[in-house]
Amino acid sequence: MARLHIETTINGEPAEFLCDPHETLLSALRNGLGLTGTKEGCSTGDCGACSVIVDGRLVPACLVLAPEAQGRTITTIEGLSSGDALHPLQQKFLEHAALQCGVCTPGFIVAAAALLDAKPNPTEEETRFWLAGNLCRCTGYDKIIRAVLDTAAHIRESAV
Amino acid sequence: MLAIRYEAPRSVAEAVRLIAADPAARVLAGGTDLLVQFKAGARLPSAFVDVKRIPELIGVAIDAGGLHLGAATPAAVLTEHVELRRLWPGLAEAVHLIGSVQIQGRGSVGGNLCNASPAADTTCALIVNRAECVIAGPGGERTIAVERFCMAPGRTVLERGELLVAIRVPRPAPRTSDAYLRLIPRSEMDIAVAGAAVSVTVDADGVCTAARVAIGAVAPTALLVPEAAKALVGSRLDDAALKRAAEASSAAARPIDDKRGTTAYRRTIAGVLTRRAAAIAKQRVVS
Ligand SMILES: Cc1cc2nc3c(=O)[nH]c(=O)nc-3n(C[C@H](O)[C@H](O)[C@H](O)COP(=O)(O)OP(=O)(O)OC[C@H]3O[C@@H](n4cnc5c(N)ncnc54)[C@H](O)[C@@H]3O)c2cc1C
Ligand code: FES
Ligand code: FES
Repeated sequence: MARLHIETTINGEPAEFLCDPHETLLSALRNGLGLTGTKEGCSTGDCGACSVIVDGRLVPACLVLAPEAQGRTITTIEGLSSGDALHPLQQKFLEHAALQCGVCTPGFIVAAAALLDAKPNPTEEETRFWLAGNLCRCTGYDKIIRAVLDTAAHIRESAV
Repeated sequence: MLAIRYEAPRSVAEAVRLIAADPAARVLAGGTDLLVQFKAGARLPSAFVDVKRIPELIGVAIDAGGLHLGAATPAAVLTEHVELRRLWPGLAEAVHLIGSVQIQGRGSVGGNLCNASPAADTTCALIVNRAECVIAGPGGERTIAVERFCMAPGRTVLERGELLVAIRVPRPAPRTSDAYLRLIPRSEMDIAVAGAAVSVTVDADGVCTAARVAIGAVAPTALLVPEAAKALVGSRLDDAALKRAAEASSAAARPIDDKRGTTAYRRTIAGVLTRRAAAIAKQRVVS
């Protein structure tokens, strides 16, 4: 069966790739496009390591077929920083030591970016529920939550 | 090399043609059940027919008649919809329970129904709200009450070439509200051990004039429990009436025994959730 040619927009740039019809978007990003920031944990929608934003919605890239990307707009972890300037979430994750092995971190940061887009001033409870689909086997979560809440406060302060 | 096709039809007619011509093709909505099943070793289909580019299958519209929901609309679109949450808080809370934010960015109510899991969270809430399924097929369109849509675990009334296009929910009568509760061993991301949805209409004197009760995960399909509704109608939804409704739900349950819960436990919980959901629905009408 012929591979499919897909044209899409990734992190603000036009992108194209070849994929098998049943390949996942996660595989196309990592293997086809070399965008290995998006991680594979469970591959069954449970862990959030593969979180990306497609047409403004947070989704697990392991449960999206690659050909579905045709004509869509995708944001991955690689699209959050501007040049060498880290995204405020990335900066705060460093300051709060909100990571250890780091395999869950891109997923948490992309999911948290979607949260702060939807709710610039989330409560701790809202933050914990929003991130319930992201698993971390190292940090114990607390530092991640502190980093996200601190980022939210930081963004609000810099806006005024 | 696997010979699998990916199809993205733009119309209902085109989708029906594709799935009617090829019984081994599978409809793909959010893929949160379908793709997980294939990764777990289910046989790959001949084609994935992605229905998310068909206008009729995507979107939420609320008018004087009620809710018109495209079958493949992601759950997140529903939970963000302020008017939907106001008119059907129980349905909105059932949708909000599906997986995580990520899963809700993909998974649809149509997929939840078509997957036909007895534990699917939205089915009971759709049943108590008198939802109807709009089905398109080679012979044209038909409509069926949602409580008749699922026939057994993993089996629906859909026949070869048929597609669930939309779900319609009539606008609730005045002074009506609903609630859905499920029991899971943790606070997020798990499959219901039991679930119950209740809708009640309460008049200005506090008397319940209409009710619907449905229970999930305690039989091969979600069950409408008319006996539980009967226990509520005519009462002031006082403790005695709620207790009778709970007993009716427990009696109607036909649960299995598995690692998630024993038969006796599920039966009891179906009643407890019925009682609590009825109290919440009543409170929502009153406040
Ligand atoms: C991590 C995780 C957590 C989950 N948690 C929950 C939960 O808490 N509660 C719950 O109820 N479910 C849960 N689910 C299951 C799943 O997310 C839901 O059932 C979801 O609603 C399925 O919708 P979908 O659009 O992804 O369906 P898909 O996977 O695309 O489709 C499901 C089935 O229905 C068929 N189908 C889909 N749409 C149509 C249509 N329009 N016409 C005909 N056939 C169709 C498909 O061919 C397939 O057989 C979870 C899943 C995951 C991965
Ligand atoms: S890899 Fe996608 S959710 Fe775990
Ligand atoms: S830092 Fe290791 S899994 Fe989260």
